[in-house]
Amino acid sequence: MSDLYNVSSGPHTRSTDTTGKIMGIVLLALIPASGYGIYHFGINAAVIIVVSIVTCVLTELVYELLMKQKITVTDLSAAVTGLLLALNMPPTAPWWLPVIGGVFAILFVKMLFGGLGQNFMNPALGGRCFLVICFAARMTDFNYDGVTGATPLAMLRAGEAVDVKSMIIGNIAGTIGETSVIAIVLGACIMLALGVIDLRIPVAYLISFTIFMGLFAGHGWDVNYLLAQLAGGGLMLGAFFMATDYATSPITGNGKIVYGIALGIMTGIFRCFSSSAEGVSFAIVFCNLLVPIIETLTLPKCFGKGGEA
Amino acid sequence: MAGFTFKGGIHPYEGKELTKDKPIRRFTPQGEMVYPLSQHIGAPAKPVVKKGDRVLKGQMIAEAGGFVSAHVYSSVSGTVKSIGKHRVATGDMVQSITVEGDGLFEEADPLPIGEIEDMSKQDVLDAVKLAGIVGMGGAGFPTHVKLSPKDPDKINYCIVNCSECEPYLTSDYRRMLEEPEKLVAGLKIILCLFDHAEGILAVEDNKPDCVKILKELTFNEPRITVKALKTKYPQGAERQLIYATTRRAISSAMLPADAGCIVNNVDTVVSIYHAVIEKRPLTERIVTVTGDAIADPCNYLVPTGTSMQELIDASGGFKVKPEKIIAGGPMMGFAMFDTDVPVIKTSSAITCFSRDEVARYSESACINCGRCVDVCPGRVIPARLADYANNHDEDMFLKYNGMECCECGCCSYICPAKRQLTQSIKTMRKLLLAKKKK
Repeated sequence: MSDLYNVSSGPHTRSTDTTGKIMGIVLLALIPASGYGIYHFGINAAVIIVVSIVTCVLTELVYELLMKQKITVTDLSAAVTGLLLALNMPPTAPWWLPVIGGVFAILFVKMLFGGLGQNFMNPALGGRCFLVICFAARMTDFNYDGVTGATPLAMLRAGEAVDVKSMIIGNIAGTIGETSVIAIVLGACIMLALGVIDLRIPVAYLISFTIFMGLFAGHGWDVNYLLAQLAGGGLMLGAFFMATDYATSPITGNGKIVYGIALGIMTGIFRCFSSSAEGVSFAIVFCNLLVPIIETLTLPKCFGKGGEA
Repeated sequence: MAGFTFKGGIHPYEGKELTKDKPIRRFTPQGEMVYPLSQHIGAPAKPVVKKGDRVLKGQMIAEAGGFVSAHVYSSVSGTVKSIGKHRVATGDMVQSITVEGDGLFEEADPLPIGEIEDMSKQDVLDAVKLAGIVGMGGAGFPTHVKLSPKDPDKINYCIVNCSECEPYLTSDYRRMLEEPEKLVAGLKIILCLFDHAEGILAVEDNKPDCVKILKELTFNEPRITVKALKTKYPQGAERQLIYATTRRAISSAMLPADAGCIVNNVDTVVSIYHAVIEKRPLTERIVTVTGDAIADPCNYLVPTGTSMQELIDASGGFKVKPEKIIAGGPMMGFAMFDTDVPVIKTSSAITCFSRDEVARYSESACINCGRCVDVCPGRVIPARLADYANNHDEDMFLKYNGMECCECGCCSYICPAKRQLTQSIKTMRKLLLAKKKK
């Protein structure tokens, strides 16, 4: 009977994209931002990145070994979470901070909810928000090169002038991966070109945020102010790398646009009316919670019943 | 109307270069011929011969078992060896007539069909029915039923599906290149039945030579246009094809005729020509024998009933050991565990792969990437439907438009987690359809 041919239900061909390949591309796309962070902030940034990635991968591996589950670390999603978490930490952070954040992100936000694809909140941002709440001082310590590093958004709020050009290059204080708009956009272009993300979420996010700030921030349509708001506070990193996280964004096409708009509005609210000048991470984790509702409300019409056009 | 297309779809590896330049070869079968009584949708045909009878090529051996059914003809002369169960490409055991060929190919009298000039519409329909013609693109719906809509005056478009969007297949392509005049003549016969209809030859734009030939041939035909469609799978899916060519959209519960359309496949239209003009029943079709495991991939004109193994042997056999053999193409075809299976009216290809891609991957968790949603031509949410199907949640499956799935396979193809989305959805649809029938 060994001469029988394989049978299975069609289709009998598959695209070459796999989860591991997609996550690998995300890692690749984060290289410019990570590289710039290390170049700009020095060796401690590299230590944080390595510690964070290792912690996340090990947490997932140990959990799966203990729970006798299939080992999934080779899909690289834990490595992506670890890298994103590191890029969201201040360069001054001690080594144990990413360890705590990484364990929280993978164990509590991801694995306990069922692992990859089942988490309702972006693990990296869940980890970051946990750290911001528990270790507020350390997570907002942006000193570097011995200078007191107020972030541009804090300066902006205090009424000081900021240099938009250095914000776009990334020559400012901030978390490891958020400072250079150029590096982030370069990475985003890699993901767009390779079809890993599309523009629906980031563009809806950036446009709705700009409109919100123009209307409610009290600076009107001051181009310099709006550009500084767009370039600062990790908005670019959030819009292209974290709002687009598959598991925590809507699966429906229109849902992605609605989600992007909700993100823009929430970020605007946090930046204009909260005690902190930032707000991207909290806006994203908050909007993650809206995803099931957004999905239900944006179910597409099917072909033949109005959905074809 | 920029570019004739639809939303969604995929671009799988085409694989057509293996056989697209191979002219159609007439194949003469040596072995036993097997004629399943169900080569179509509807009631099985009823045998009109018995064991030991001598039959001629083109002689009816089973007659339609109802209105939605089709006659079956012998494609060789010889002796009826047995009537019993035989395996078909889908893996089912189907009641079949086996004929031992005598190698003489002695022909029966032509079908009693009049001259086209003197035929009424009903005569044409009767001729199509008499010839046992069914949809040869794969579904096997009896063509005379398709051509008899409730109100023929409301048919505005008679579309010929020349898209051949299924990877690896080149049978329609070769037919269009080699016998385009038969295709056009066949379409003109169909148009006789519908006074208010326009004929559309819908070709994918990866076959510019066919577009050119057909355009030249129909230059003086006011009722026929050639439309070049965007190359994309599943461009030839009936509902997507109708939308791409006419911008009319029908749901799964509707028939093409509800949108004033009738769609036929290339080989079906040519068979109509054979029946009405040459008075020949449907006893042969074009089959592409292809895949990387085949020594000499080729297109054949094959008498129905021929064993697929014989065709594979004629193509030089296997140059490497195949892992998977598919009746049809890689998207919609059926995988077969052996090749002692007859070519029937709907067999468009035998595709032999040395490597079973699907077996190389194991399923992993859905990452919610939404690729399946983006490619779904039915505009449903395959990832969710598969979950509901796996949990057997009928209400949610129906609420999420599960019945609108056309089973094209795009979602399974694109899924990076390699989930068997189409399989889950197909299974649930089958269950629900069976339940509805009860």
